[in-house]
Amino acid sequence: MKFTLSWLKDHLDTDASVEKIADVLTDIGLEVESVHDKAKDLAPFTVAYVVSAEKHPNADKLRVCIVDTGTEKLQVVCGAPNARTGMKGVFARSGTVIPATGLELKKSSIRGVESNGMLCSEREMGLSQEHDGIIELPADAPIGTPFAEVMGLQDPLIEIKLTPNRPDCTGVRGIARDLSATNLGRLKPEQPIKINARFNNPVQIGLRFDDVAKNACPVFAGRLIRGVKNGPSPTWLQQRLKAVGLRPISALVDITNLISLDRARPLHVYDADKLKGEIHARMASLSEKLLALDGKTYALDAEMCVIADDSGVLGLGGVMGGESTGVSESTVNVFIESAYFDPIRTARTGRTLGINSDARYRFERGVDPEYVTGGLDLATKLVMDMCGGEPSDVTVAGRAPDTKREITFDPALVEKLCGVKMHQAEAMSILDRLGFRAAIGTRVSVPSWRPDVHGPADLVEEVVRIYGLDKVPSIPLPTLTSVPLPVLTPMQKRVRSAKRTLAARGMSEAITWSFISQAQAKLFGGVAEALLVANPISADLDAMRPSVLPGLLAAIQRNVARGQKDVSLFEVGPQFTGAEPGEQLTAASGIRIGAGPRHWSKQAWPIDVYQSKADVLAVIDGCGLATDAAQITTDAPAWYHPGRSGVLRLGPKTVLAYFGELHPGILKAFDLMGPVTAFEVMLESLPAQKAKATKAKPRLDLSEYQAVERDFAFLVQAKISAAEIIKAAMSADKALIETVTVFDVYEGQGIEPGHKSLAISVRLQPRDRTLTEAEIEMVSSKIVGNVVKACGGTLRS
Amino acid sequence: MQNLDTLEREALARIVAAADEAALDVARVELLGKKGAISDILKSLGAMSPDERKAQGPIINGLRDRVTAAIADRKSTLGDAALQTKLASEKLDVTLSMRPESVGRIHPVTQILDEAIAIFADMGFAIAEGPDIELDDYNFTKLNIPPEHPARQMHDTFYLKPKPDGVRHLLRTHTSPVQVRTMMAQKPPIRIIVPGRVYRLDSDQTHTPMFHQIEGLVIDESSHMGHLKWILEEFCRALFEVPKVEMRLRPSHFPFTEPSAEVDIRCDRSGSEIKLGQGNDWLEILGCGMVHPKVIEMCGHDPAKYQGFAWGMGLDRLAMLKYGAPDLRAFFDADLRWLKHYGFAPLDVPSLAGGLSR
Repeated sequence: MKFTLSWLKDHLDTDASVEKIADVLTDIGLEVESVHDKAKDLAPFTVAYVVSAEKHPNADKLRVCIVDTGTEKLQVVCGAPNARTGMKGVFARSGTVIPATGLELKKSSIRGVESNGMLCSEREMGLSQEHDGIIELPADAPIGTPFAEVMGLQDPLIEIKLTPNRPDCTGVRGIARDLSATNLGRLKPEQPIKINARFNNPVQIGLRFDDVAKNACPVFAGRLIRGVKNGPSPTWLQQRLKAVGLRPISALVDITNLISLDRARPLHVYDADKLKGEIHARMASLSEKLLALDGKTYALDAEMCVIADDSGVLGLGGVMGGESTGVSESTVNVFIESAYFDPIRTARTGRTLGINSDARYRFERGVDPEYVTGGLDLATKLVMDMCGGEPSDVTVAGRAPDTKREITFDPALVEKLCGVKMHQAEAMSILDRLGFRAAIGTRVSVPSWRPDVHGPADLVEEVVRIYGLDKVPSIPLPTLTSVPLPVLTPMQKRVRSAKRTLAARGMSEAITWSFISQAQAKLFGGVAEALLVANPISADLDAMRPSVLPGLLAAIQRNVARGQKDVSLFEVGPQFTGAEPGEQLTAASGIRIGAGPRHWSKQAWPIDVYQSKADVLAVIDGCGLATDAAQITTDAPAWYHPGRSGVLRLGPKTVLAYFGELHPGILKAFDLMGPVTAFEVMLESLPAQKAKATKAKPRLDLSEYQAVERDFAFLVQAKISAAEIIKAAMSADKALIETVTVFDVYEGQGIEPGHKSLAISVRLQPRDRTLTEAEIEMVSSKIVGNVVKACGGTLRS
Repeated sequence: MQNLDTLEREALARIVAAADEAALDVARVELLGKKGAISDILKSLGAMSPDERKAQGPIINGLRDRVTAAIADRKSTLGDAALQTKLASEKLDVTLSMRPESVGRIHPVTQILDEAIAIFADMGFAIAEGPDIELDDYNFTKLNIPPEHPARQMHDTFYLKPKPDGVRHLLRTHTSPVQVRTMMAQKPPIRIIVPGRVYRLDSDQTHTPMFHQIEGLVIDESSHMGHLKWILEEFCRALFEVPKVEMRLRPSHFPFTEPSAEVDIRCDRSGSEIKLGQGNDWLEILGCGMVHPKVIEMCGHDPAKYQGFAWGMGLDRLAMLKYGAPDLRAFFDADLRWLKHYGFAPLDVPSLAGGLSR
């Protein structure tokens, strides 16, 4: 919403500076986006007289002008075709910053002739796109005076960012009323308008709606003015419209635009001689089209409210008029429409057709239903003032919606909700200045132009925003405990530990989109129909991700494409098994690629299934959980390498994590060269930490007897897993055997094909005595026996 | 005796002249070995008369002890020299780089979230979370956003494909549905902050279709805007680690709060970095207000009894402001160079006691 200071002062009696007014506007919720003071911006540009304009000696299209600035005569080289002796133009001296380019004008030599400034075009001044020639000023413009003053541009332009709840402030008078409520100035009284109808309105007005749609346009008022002479509007009106960025068209159109901006009351004018039969509001039908005033043709639908006559659709109600009945210079009889269009429908129509008009801006917020004929009368008066003519009486079809309502309001609520202490009378006085009819202890009636106010809290807002939100005191929130209790849930703690653990393991944290492409989702098990986005931001972000990995892979790929060789990324974030709450799971997932930077030590980073397994176990350990009870199976999902991946499980049903090398097919899909390892830890699936009575750790039980280590190498079939051998060895004496570790695995020369040698080290830790050689021998043979029994094979001698 | 003096002089000279441990050992054997010169003289003591032995014994033993000591001394000298030579040959070029280690980083959004949590936890706020895929009812209706509101349009909100029963879920456009879920699940007093991913159909220089919000909710029987203002002032002061922040509340409009306000903080934008707490500019950082009575009612509580406030802000934006990362889109690009630069060391866990940042 834009307006100028002088326009505001038409409604507000105030001596306040534009700076003060801008501050107050922001303070009361009418946030000022900008204040343009052209007088300040254009101060260096002055009126100058062109004493002479001769052809440039070295260029056909240039002229050498001697310019009288009022204080001196300067030589200027000018390229404009209209530069000529005896004209008055706008002069900028060397050193001036040109608004359009932001560049400083330099004293220069143009084709060998010195130039000390510039005669400016409108475009260079940032006034318009006009650049065919330099600005020509009237002959009586005083030489040396600021250009802005001559052009009436000294009026500062204020632009406010209006919140959607304030239709009243889509008109300058509404803004003035808000300002007057702060006592910044006095709202000037309305001049009563009395129109003497000279004849009965011959134009029939109708509302043709069924019950369902009748709120689309509940009231439609109109009047004919006969014998007008349309033409350019007066300079003051043209300047006012131009100042806020509107193009003056003709007096009749400019008047409707003025009232729209001044009173938040959009109107429409028709050339009455082009109307056929009854003008009426109705719903459009699907096949109808409208050539609108913006020159575009719109296809309408049955949800749109239109104004029509016997010839068909004339305009989109509340949005935009049509070409066919628009006024022109030759219009003699003008019909003025003042109607109320339903905000919701208006918004929908504008949105569907992509029309953002000044009318839509106001109707979709809700215009004052009580000002339908008031606005019509004001327009009539202005038409008669500017274009002459004689008015008919007013025809009103339908009734304005009844928005009268009262709110029971206790001013003490202001302090209760906002902590602001103020006199009740002050609160009521603010409401009164805003147009609410109020008396202490009674009910407050809401003015018709405030469709946003419905309850006591709304009134509190009105009072406080005018009184000043800066008067809200800062009051400490009473604490509930002296030392705050911990607040993170176990899950939140897991997320936190997982992130910091993985970062400590050299991985960097990525945050990638929760949506991926369907094609990528398919590679990771796919998603149900319910997880497809109906209106994705782009076609490749149309599925809620079933796994964090695809997003990470794409990120890895981008990094590799940037020339990074070693990339380790993780993300702890949501993945989806369905669209219902509870079907969103949190995965701590990571991917590593690259064998490490080239280095003189030749040491490479291990990138294999064991690295990803270590990542998984670190996350679980970081979450404070033991993995002793978990098993590892080899049935990881299809996106992993079938032979180099694993699943960490707790019982047959609960999957804690997947890990391993990724399947070559996945790497191909993401244009990556392996090996690439990945893991996914399902944080929700991790068992809950057992609640304990105290934080005490279990007693540390250290044996004082010496531990003994014995090594065994077994020749077994290659398919036998390390876990099976360890389990068998362990079972020999669970109390005595502390650990079993694999220290060598060998396949190849000297070993029968399909077999391997696997060597374990068993550590025996007696608790109550030192082991004798015979006891050690007994356990050893039991270990060998158990392994051979469980896994086949032989002890390697 | 002249004989012994000569022997000692020659022996000591020979020991000192021994060039290495092998030469020294040859000398030791020839002097002190079984058939060594000094051993022979020692043996001669046995053939002497007691008087003679009494006189000669200390002299000969003295000779033996001095030669023995000289050999030990020489041996130690030779050993030191050998070690020196060995160490000199073991010299490595310590200017060579160490073995590479992969250095991990925490994303700035995680870091700023942990910072915010440290502050709000200290004020007694719990952290509530909710699903990213939400019900229309919780994201809009129960927050007093009417069906025709522009925010509900397909050009603002991501919708999922309708289910067979026609119900259409959406990607939450703000973290506020968690307010609804919390209010519906528990009785006041409520003090929560809600961090999380939110989604809007927006993608340009300064907008991404997904970003992060953190919002707060206080519901009880007496908390008002004054408390809200205090919380926000304290939060900003603590988060941005400045001695004080100057805050401006501007009336605004949100469907779910009444009265509503936007909050600006004083800053200085004259340089290349935004400096908070000084200067003549204002920077909008969040929206807030008293929870609309209709919202309280729709979430199952009596608005005549309960009141409270809510506020919400962009988590990514806070990180951008505090740590100077200029481009929001980079937050979601996972460019390793960006993560290394703007990310945080894993052990930089924010705490109020130690300061939120290093």
